[in-house]
Formats: sequence, C-alpha cells, structure tokens
Amino acid sequence: MSEAAAEQLLEITLRVNGVRRSARVPARRLLSDALRHDLGLTGTHVGCEHGVCGACTVLLDGEPARACLVLAVTAQAHEITTVEGIGSDPANLSPVQQAFAESHALQCGFCTPGFITTISAFLVENPHPTPEEAREAISGNLCRCTGYQNIVKAVVRASEIVAERAEAGR
Amino acid sequence: MSTRQVGEKVQRREDPRLLTGNGRYVDDLGRGALQAAFVRSPHAHARITDIDIADAWELDGVEAVYTWEDLEGRVGEPLPVLIPHPAMTHPRTGYCLAKDEVNHVGEAVVMVVARDRYVAEDACGRIRVSYETLPPVVGLENARAAARLVHDDVPGNVSANLRQEVGDVDTAMAAAPNRLTLELEIERSACMPMEGKGVYARWDADDESLRLHSSTQTSTGVRAAVAAKLGMPLAKVEVVTPDVGGGFGVKIVHPWPEEVLVPWAARRLGRDVKWTEDRREHFVSSAHERGQLQEVEVGFDDDGRLLALDVRFWHDNGAYTPYGIIVPIITATQLLGPYKPGAYRVEFWSMYTNTVLVTPYRGAGRPQGCYAMERTMDAIAAHLGLDRTEVRSRNFIQPDEMPYDHGLMFQDGRPLKYDSGDFPASLAKLKELVGWDDFAAYREQAAAEGRRVGLGIGCYVEGTGVGPYEGGHVQVETNGRVNVATGLTTQGQGHQTVLAQIVADELGVRLEDVHVTTGDTRRMAYAVGTFASRGAVMSGNAVALAARVVREKALRIAADALEVSADDLEIADGVISVKGAPGSSIDLKTVAVLSNPLRYAFDTSAQAATQFAGTFDPDKPPVADDDEPGLEGQDFYSPTQATFANGMHAAVVETDPVTAEIRILRYCVVHDCGVMVNPMIVEGQVHGGVAQGVGGALYERMVYDEGGQLLNASFMDFLIPYASEVPHVETDHLETPSPLNPLGLKGAGEAGTIPVSAVIASAIEDAEGFPIRSMPISPPELWALRRTHSPDPAQEGTS
Repeated sequence: MSEAAAEQLLEITLRVNGVRRSARVPARRLLSDALRHDLGLTGTHVGCEHGVCGACTVLLDGEPARACLVLAVTAQAHEITTVEGIGSDPANLSPVQQAFAESHALQCGFCTPGFITTISAFLVENPHPTPEEAREAISGNLCRCTGYQNIVKAVVRASEIVAERAEAGR
Repeated sequence: MSTRQVGEKVQRREDPRLLTGNGRYVDDLGRGALQAAFVRSPHAHARITDIDIADAWELDGVEAVYTWEDLEGRVGEPLPVLIPHPAMTHPRTGYCLAKDEVNHVGEAVVMVVARDRYVAEDACGRIRVSYETLPPVVGLENARAAARLVHDDVPGNVSANLRQEVGDVDTAMAAAPNRLTLELEIERSACMPMEGKGVYARWDADDESLRLHSSTQTSTGVRAAVAAKLGMPLAKVEVVTPDVGGGFGVKIVHPWPEEVLVPWAARRLGRDVKWTEDRREHFVSSAHERGQLQEVEVGFDDDGRLLALDVRFWHDNGAYTPYGIIVPIITATQLLGPYKPGAYRVEFWSMYTNTVLVTPYRGAGRPQGCYAMERTMDAIAAHLGLDRTEVRSRNFIQPDEMPYDHGLMFQDGRPLKYDSGDFPASLAKLKELVGWDDFAAYREQAAAEGRRVGLGIGCYVEGTGVGPYEGGHVQVETNGRVNVATGLTTQGQGHQTVLAQIVADELGVRLEDVHVTTGDTRRMAYAVGTFASRGAVMSGNAVALAARVVREKALRIAADALEVSADDLEIADGVISVKGAPGSSIDLKTVAVLSNPLRYAFDTSAQAATQFAGTFDPDKPPVADDDEPGLEGQDFYSPTQATFANGMHAAVVETDPVTAEIRILRYCVVHDCGVMVNPMIVEGQVHGGVAQGVGGALYERMVYDEGGQLLNASFMDFLIPYASEVPHVETDHLETPSPLNPLGLKGAGEAGTIPVSAVIASAIEDAEGFPIRSMPISPPELWALRRTHSPDPAQEGTS
C-alpha cells in the first residue's frame, strides 16, 4: 500500500441544532457531507457542490452559509442550524414551513430546505418584507420547479404567521 | 355530506414531510452502502487504447474496479433502443461502460466501488485511460455536412428521416398568392432537476433478490430493464422510487448505465452499493434537448389564412438514440398548434453529433414546433400588415370542428386527433388579461419616456396523457385507512394529494384517510411512467376506476348487511347509509371487516369477521365463487388516444435602447387542461413551466466548443434563472373537459414551458422591429442584431 493510502481522520465536535455531535472525519470532509452522512441529518440537500444552487444552505451562528463550501472541521467554531433545527416535526411546522405549505411554495422539495433556512434568517433581519424584498431575499437560491412566485408569496405569508402566533401566544 | 375534493385548492399531503427535512431522496438512503464513482471520457470522440487501473487498487477502501471487459452477459451488450421506429434506420446506443470507443465527453469508461465517495473519486483519479482521439462532430451544421462521421457505419450522420404529408403541398404552395420562407434556429438546454440521478441497490444474498431505489420517472421500466440485463426473474427484482428531486424528462430514460451497473456490482460484491450523480456528471452524462435547425415555407391567402405549410428540420440527437425519435416526431406533429395548416408536409432528419444524448425535456419537442409555427404566424402578420392575433384567429380550428383529425400520426403511433378545446375563447381571455388592444397606447407612452417595449404572443396545443395505460389499486383497511397505489412515479407533481382527492370523492371517504403510494413495483407491478403530462390523466382516471370497483363491492356487502337494495345506499365520510334514513348505516371499515371472513381474530374489529361470529348460510362458502376476500379493487385506464390541452401566452418585454438588456415586464397565461383536480397545483405547474421556458428563451444554452467540450457544465456558467430573472405570472384558466376520460382531465405538467421561446421572440421582435430567428437570445446577440439591421451605428442608443 502506498503512502497515499491511509487518510488521517480527525475527531471533531459540531454543535448542530443545539446538540453537540461528534464525528471522525478527514480534513477535507465537507460540512454538507458530514451533516448528511456522518450525522444522518439528510434534510440538508446537495444540488451542485459548488456553492451556486443554495440547496445545502444552513445557518452558521444564524447567518446563511453554503454547507458544500465549508469544511466540517472549520464549522466547529459555529452554532449550526439545519432545516431540522428550524422544525423537524411534520405536525409542528415553523412559520416559514407552514407558509410554504399554505402557499404551495414547493413541488419536488429538493431545494426547499435551503430556502427554509435562508428565509428563516431573513425574517429575523426583516420581519415585515414587501414582495419585492422577499424576491430579493430568495434570489440566491435555485428552484427548478416553482418559478419562485409562490415562494415569494410564502415569505410574505411567513411574516404574517410569525405575527399571528405572537398575537395568539400573548 | 362531505365536501367534494376535486376542484379544490387542497394543501399538499406530502409537504409537511418535505418541509421538515423528512423527505427521503435516494442519496438519503443506504447509509453505510459502498459508493460508486466513474471515470468518464474527457474526449468527444476517441478510441480507447489502454486502461491502467493498477494504481487505483493501492488505495485503502477500494472494493472494485470495473471496465467493459468485466461486464458479463447482457450487461456487456449495448443498452436497449427503448422506442424503436421504422423511420429510425440507424439506431445506436452506448454500453454501460465504453467498449473500444467513446462518442461524447462524459461517457462512462471505468466504474469504481469504494468505502465512500471520497475514496472512490480518489481511485478514479489514479486510473489512466489512453485514447487515440478522433475528429468530433459538433453542431448540426457539421453533422449535416457529414465531412466526419460520429458512427463509422451511419452514413450522413442520420439516425432517422421521417416525412409526413397531408394534402398536396406542392400544388397548394404554387397556387398561394403569398409565400414566405423562414430559417430558424433553437439551441440546447436541459432539464436540470435540482437532484441529479441516483441509484441504490440492496442485494439480498439469501433470497437472491434485488431491491433497487432509483431517482427515476419509471420504476416498472427500470425493473424490467434491470431484470433483463442481469438475467434475473422479474419476481426477484423490485424497484422503489423514493422522493425524487425533479425530473422534467431526463429520468424517463432507462436504464441509464448506472441503473444497470450499480445493482450488477451489488450482486457481484454481495454488498449494498449506491451512486449519486454530481452536478458536473449530470451536465455531461445525462441528457439535453431542444437543438434544431428549421426551414419553413408557408403559402397563405391575402387574409392570412394558411394554404400550404412545408417544414423541414434537423434535430440534434447527440451521440446515441436510446429514446428513439420521440422528440422530433412531437415537433413535427405538435407544430400545428391550434391551427389548420392547409396542405402540410413535414420532414425531419435526426442527426448524430459527438455530444450528450438528447431525450425529452419538459415540452419534448413542442417548444421547437411552437416556435416554428408562431414565428411563421408573426411573419404572415408582418407581411400582410395585420394584427398578429387576427392572423391566428383566422386559422384557428373552431370548437364546432372538434374532434379535429389532422391526418397525421402522433408520438404514440395513433392519429393526431384533438378531442376538445375552444381556441377563440382562450384568445379572447388572453387579450383581455394582457390588455392587447391597449398596448399601442402603452408603447407610445413608453416611447415618450425613452423606453422600448414589445408585446409577444404564442399559442400551443399539447398532446397529453398518452397511453398505453396506468393502473390503480384501492384497498380499505378495517380501521378505515384507504391505501391507494399507482405505478407511475412522482417528482413534485403532488400525486399524493391529487390522487387522494379523486379517491376521496369516488369512494366517499375523508381525504385524510386516503394514503397514496406511487412508483413502487411491490405495490403496483403494471405501469408505464411519468412523462407526457400524463400523471393526472392516466393515474387519476385509473384510481377513480379502481375506487368505483371498491365502492360497488362495499355497497353490495352493505346492502346485504342492512337488508336493503344497493341502489338505496350512499357513502359519505366513510359511512354507508340508506338514503333518506340516516339512522340506518354501516361504517365502511366495518364493511372491510365483513369482506374478509376470518378464522383468527387479532383485534376487536376482526372478531366480527370470525367463523363463530354472527349468522351465515351453511350452504354457501364464506367467499363466493365469483368474489375475493378483502375490500379492495384494481382497475386500469387505457385510452384510445392522447387528450389535447392548450394554452396561449403573452408577454410584455422591455429592451434597453443602449445595452440591449431584455426584461420581461409582464407574463400572462391562459391555460386549458380540462377539469382541474387541484387548481393550486395546476397553477404551480404553470409557474414552474414558464420559469423553465424563460430560462430557455433568455439564459440557458449548452456551449460546446469545436472539440466537443461542454464549456459551461456548472451552475456558475449554465444560467438557470433565479427569482430575480423570472417574471410574476398572471394566469387565467378555461376548463374544457376532455370527452375521452371519466374525469374529463387533460395534462398540465409541461404546458407552461412550451410557448415561452416563441412568446419572447415575438415580443422582442415587436419591440425592435426586426425578425428574431434564433433562440435563446442574449443582450450581446440582440445588440449585434441591431447593428445588422441598422446600417447607421450612430442611430444606436439614441432613441
């Protein structure tokens, strides 16, 4: 066996959706692959592996980031939120998830987790977006099914649901 | 009474799962499975002289390395020609792994199976393939010139030549008072689902059986193909289609080499094996579509009525023809749209090139046909100085002429016969929606502001819901749960919702009690697949028919139990009751219990069906001779022909006088797909279709260099529109039911895409005042066209 045969594995600890998770990965392991294949969080999808489509978007300390462009080892310093962290229970949807269901903002669902994370972060920054601002906010993510129209609608609707839930919880 | 579900904007049943990361796409399965990766050809045309795999074995974790030499039996034979056609004189298909020669960049040459994908790709990097390069044939002009051949034994690079003629075109053309000729071009794009292909094979050595999960549009097709290739009994192969991240046509092709190799390797290694296509692989080793050169000659009277239409086109089919000539046949026939062409002749040549193969992409040849016809309509209007909608209107097939037989053979080998449609009504709606008659004023106002705007239109007819058949199986469990299965697959169309809506209505049960399974050969072994906008038409009607079988049986059993006539019964919300006597009723789930005489009880409801419960006639068997146990039924829907949906689109575009930037200001759609099961889902299909059409009209193209390298094989360079490029779509609907099927449905999946290139070309032409003959069009191309059409460059940018 040649010297290139064995690859060094590193013990890493990731804080994902509020839980500390450990894995042994090579230095080159992408965060997207580590989440999906080492930690079994398959909600994060990989559509291009070069940072363009946005399907793999997760939040690092609340900021959207492409998990396919981040090495797992470097993500140790951050609080990672995946779509499962936004809401993993089909019977208990987050405002953005509920707005997507109401607005028919997904079809095949493959790009959807990247939109959910991106929009969840956006609404923290801008809780009452106009449709134009909503469109701008999602214009870094690719969707091949919906033509985006209902996603724009869902962003606006999600902001209403946040308000409705706050009102109901008062 | 329960609410009728068909026609309602019901929220999708599949969404909560997909929204919370609980979807299961093929790469989400098979944790721990071995992973495959492929060495693919870097050359467009070359002979393989040597393959050195020795270094790959040096890596820890490599489990297998295969070349064509390793492939046994039928696995080593060429892939099947899925849809043979008499006009296809020279069909050619590739091998699962290249044998001796490669014919496009991306063709698989070596397969590696390893512990994980990282190791598998490392191993691929260590394999050295020696090639003797051959001159490639790239582009239709080169294919047509045939100075070089893609396949040595295919003269002229022609895989197929087909000509159809109705009437006497030469005579009618000669007699026509007006004649025009158009030369048109349309470039390649591709489906580009967000999830590429993927295959996961589980080999059960004890049972000598295979379970295959594939991101496919046809599980039954993959099953039959894999069983044939691997020499296995059909009963030992099951194909399950998990969640699929979009298809748009590319996943109807089967078996892809990987769909054969992955299960073959799994059986050989006795291990689970998985392959997940990456984006670059998808660009260079899946499929593209659209590329055609077209020549149209049209003869027409002074009112713009067509007298003769003579179309010749050359279709780029890429390196191989596994899917036959479906795409050019559709172009040739669906080109006619809502019009009567007079005498019509169409001839096409399907041409080999050393590029990725060409198979149906949403629209499947219709966008090209619509483009040819609609450019022609605009040219006639311009020639005669008539309003473009007036010329179209004068050529429409009228509602009272339905059914209308064009006298041509359609893609399913059956007559091209429109079943229904009201084209004048559709046009009236579209003109109203876009404000056609007010546009002149808007144009004037824009011009006063220094802006250049144009209005475009495009009309199409889409043959949808082609056969041969689909099946439905409906089963009522003793707890009231209704299981529905159909064999075709789902890639985002919401079948779990629309099919449940149909069954809920037909059976008289609550929507939430209906659970739909698609694309699983364990549940429905007979099916065709999801393509040609056929899902709702075919499986919708199949599950409706199956539900009617179950309903009839339920009423028969309930009639016995309640001692009334079945005619006096009705079912609502899962309760069968005597009409007008609400007290006298029986639950459907109880009928399910009664339908299955039992020896053993496993719950309280089952007790009611056991042999010592209740009374019975000792002279009759527990299950009658002509009956079967269980409250379930199956039926198949098989139509005599396709059903024809239609639509008309209009767009307002603005072109920048200086930079030639093209912006879509408004996009309007009038769409008629017959009865809409779920209008929310239909609208979603239209939106998505338009977005793909916009990509094809303004942004997407496959850029091959002369050596056959695809220069833009990434999402960085191949420009799928983002939200910032896709217009808000304004829609209106007509519902002209199809007389051909029980539910009156027509397909909706592809419609949105079909006319978009035609519409945008029409609008740009209207804005600029010179003809647009090549699509897609970019700002630099429009800018160059302005230079061609304006001899005085100083005039540019001064308006």
